[in-house]
Amino acid sequence: MRDLYETQRVMRQMRRQAMTRGVLAVLDIGTSKITCIVLQFDGPGQFRETDGVGPMAGQSSFRVIGQFTTQSRGVRYGEIETMAETERCVRHAIQGAQKQAGVRVDHVIATISGARPSSYGLAGEVPLKSGKVTDEDVGGALASCDAPDFGRNRTVLHAQPVNFAVDARSGLSDPRDIVGNRLAVDVHVLTIDSGAATNLFHCIRRCDLELAGVGSAAYAAGRAALVEDEQELGAACVDMGGGVTGVSLFLKKHMIFADAVRMGGDLVTRDISQGLRVPMATAEWLKTRHGGLEATGRDDREMIDVTNVPGAASAEDWDGERRSVSRADLIGIMRPRVEEILDGVREVLDAAGFDQMPSRQVVLTGGASQIPGLDTLAARILGQNVRVGRPLRIHGLAQQHTAPCHAATVGLALHAANPQDEWWDFEMPMERAGVVGLRRAYRWFRNNW
Amino acid sequence: MSGLIHRQGPQNVAHRLAPVRRAGARPQPAGAPRREPGPSRLAYRLNRMWLRPLYRRLFRLGLPAFLVCMVAGLYLADDTRRANLSGGLTAMVDRIQSRDAFMVKTMQIEGASAAVDKGLRAMLPVTLPASSFDIDLPALRTQIELLDAVEHVDLRIKPGGILSAVVTERQPAVLWRHARGIELMDRTGHRVASVTSRDLRSDLPVIAGEGAGERAAEALALIGAAGPILPRLRGLERMGERRWDLVLDRGQRIMLPADRPLPALEHALSLDRADGLLSRDVIAVDLRDPQRPVLRIGLTAQNRLRRAQGLPELGPDGREIEPEDDAPAAGAAATGKDTGKRGGRPARQG
Repeated sequence: MRDLYETQRVMRQMRRQAMTRGVLAVLDIGTSKITCIVLQFDGPGQFRETDGVGPMAGQSSFRVIGQFTTQSRGVRYGEIETMAETERCVRHAIQGAQKQAGVRVDHVIATISGARPSSYGLAGEVPLKSGKVTDEDVGGALASCDAPDFGRNRTVLHAQPVNFAVDARSGLSDPRDIVGNRLAVDVHVLTIDSGAATNLFHCIRRCDLELAGVGSAAYAAGRAALVEDEQELGAACVDMGGGVTGVSLFLKKHMIFADAVRMGGDLVTRDISQGLRVPMATAEWLKTRHGGLEATGRDDREMIDVTNVPGAASAEDWDGERRSVSRADLIGIMRPRVEEILDGVREVLDAAGFDQMPSRQVVLTGGASQIPGLDTLAARILGQNVRVGRPLRIHGLAQQHTAPCHAATVGLALHAANPQDEWWDFEMPMERAGVVGLRRAYRWFRNNW
Repeated sequence: MSGLIHRQGPQNVAHRLAPVRRAGARPQPAGAPRREPGPSRLAYRLNRMWLRPLYRRLFRLGLPAFLVCMVAGLYLADDTRRANLSGGLTAMVDRIQSRDAFMVKTMQIEGASAAVDKGLRAMLPVTLPASSFDIDLPALRTQIELLDAVEHVDLRIKPGGILSAVVTERQPAVLWRHARGIELMDRTGHRVASVTSRDLRSDLPVIAGEGAGERAAEALALIGAAGPILPRLRGLERMGERRWDLVLDRGQRIMLPADRPLPALEHALSLDRADGLLSRDVIAVDLRDPQRPVLRIGLTAQNRLRRAQGLPELGPDGREIEPEDDAPAAGAAATGKDTGKRGGRPARQG
């Protein structure tokens, strides 16, 4: 845990540096698209009291000055598979956003959606020596969590204390200075495959950028798409991306669980391509323009010409033949696959104990959530409280980037501006102060000079 | 699925002709694969470099400035080009400066005597006509004001090419006779000119002695204060460069103190007014100590006093003469009464 602690601290340090310098980029490397937005941090005070703008969870401190989205290549299931192609796409996105912003970006925080996330709940407990909770006690309680064996090649992505309890009083969000005898803490740890994380790190490095933080896409989407009450009372955010459908559970404004279903919108496109025997580009066009999940009688008569698709391969591939499919055929192909994805989500939610949560709100977001009729279908599978969520509006974001598919990007921007406490924000008690202190001093010099 | 529609044509498929293609529908040869939209690594790096403010400034300002400097340097590296350039420049400047509008043709001097006029014309550094750019008026003015005879001069170039000099000459107020000759001084003590003889300016008072010239103003004040004895005044003498002696005719002197000589002089004049001090046989009135004025009596008066006391008389050399004849007692008594009164009074002054 020690080296994880140090790497995360270095990244946090870098993020703070970037924020004081004023420019930070958010990069969402997804399976189907790569989005880069450039944030400018003007600091607090750009709004006056009379403007009626409160702190808004840190949103008022930044604005978007550059944004660019490009098609992603070389990414499967939210993991980088072909480094060179992905790198090129990242360069394209970064360059486009830089061009719009007019500034050079050096620090990037990125999302990672796949890489087989798994959640752990840890608990720790320490006696309070001074009779009340101090910062050292919080660090000590976190350090006393007995970490299970995460398995080989796993990296901790998030480790957030979600609940504190002093003696019998539980549900404290900030236990400092509370009088008691024992401090207990519950920590939610999210681990991912370290290979995928390293690949992401290298990809960013090869673009001459510094990685200033990594966030889970499901977590980021939840922060952007869930409203405050849903985060407080308990809700599940389903981020339906191209390759991976991420699920995150929020309660009391903390993420308490996250997982991913390795199915997504690209699978639907592939089904359409196979079922209707059309190229992938045509299938994508069919899905986005004419797709749906609830067939009606009118859909049988609505014929779609698949030979004359704008932007896709031209009609010559068909030997001059014209072909058309009915919308009912399309819906017939799409619906089982979407049902399968939602069944996967249902399984994940069942495994997480979603049924025991006080409020069983499900919010669908991500690119695939834009299929018409999804809320009706999802209500049958996931429960009655389903809505399709769009990300929060943040200052300066263009209209085209307020679609649900950019929820993770927006959420990561919010996370950067107003990060939740992580394990590494607290000082760990030093067991071997001498050697470790020297090593830390050396590392501090190496990082800062 | 849609192929089923075509099957309703001729039943014998083998006799069907190959489908006629439209010319435009001919399959195109596979072209070059679509270029990837992303930038190459070099383009990306150059783009990021360009976004740095330092490089941006360097390329936008530094490079053009460097190019301009280099071109100018290469052009000017040749001696003949440089000479041509500077020659052309000076010729242009000359042409403009020697235009008719800037030429000074005559010099007009007002308020100067003949000698000063001649001197001024000689001091002009250029020969007229000349360009007004060649005449440095402030320098010329300071140079002219170095002349002793000139108190102030206004130099101006008037339209029409006239250099006008309005001269205020110094007015001599006093003559200063010293070891090297006689000089005319104005009332501030500044030298005006030298004269060869006192008779040339008999209307001016005379002062003498070392250092008298510098204190001419004080001397003039003293002369102004010596109203009643002005016809008898021969001049003022500076003694030891610190105090004045008022020299009257018949060899009389009024010795004034170094500080506050004017009240002392007024005191002497009041004495004179009261009982005709200066019209008596007094050689000097010594007022150097204002608390204790002292009179030096002439020889005749001394002898008369001695006669009255029955003492032998003094000769012109200050020695006693052997008494050859008897002095009349009555005369001595009258004179003794007179001198006793006079000799006692200064001692009581205070």
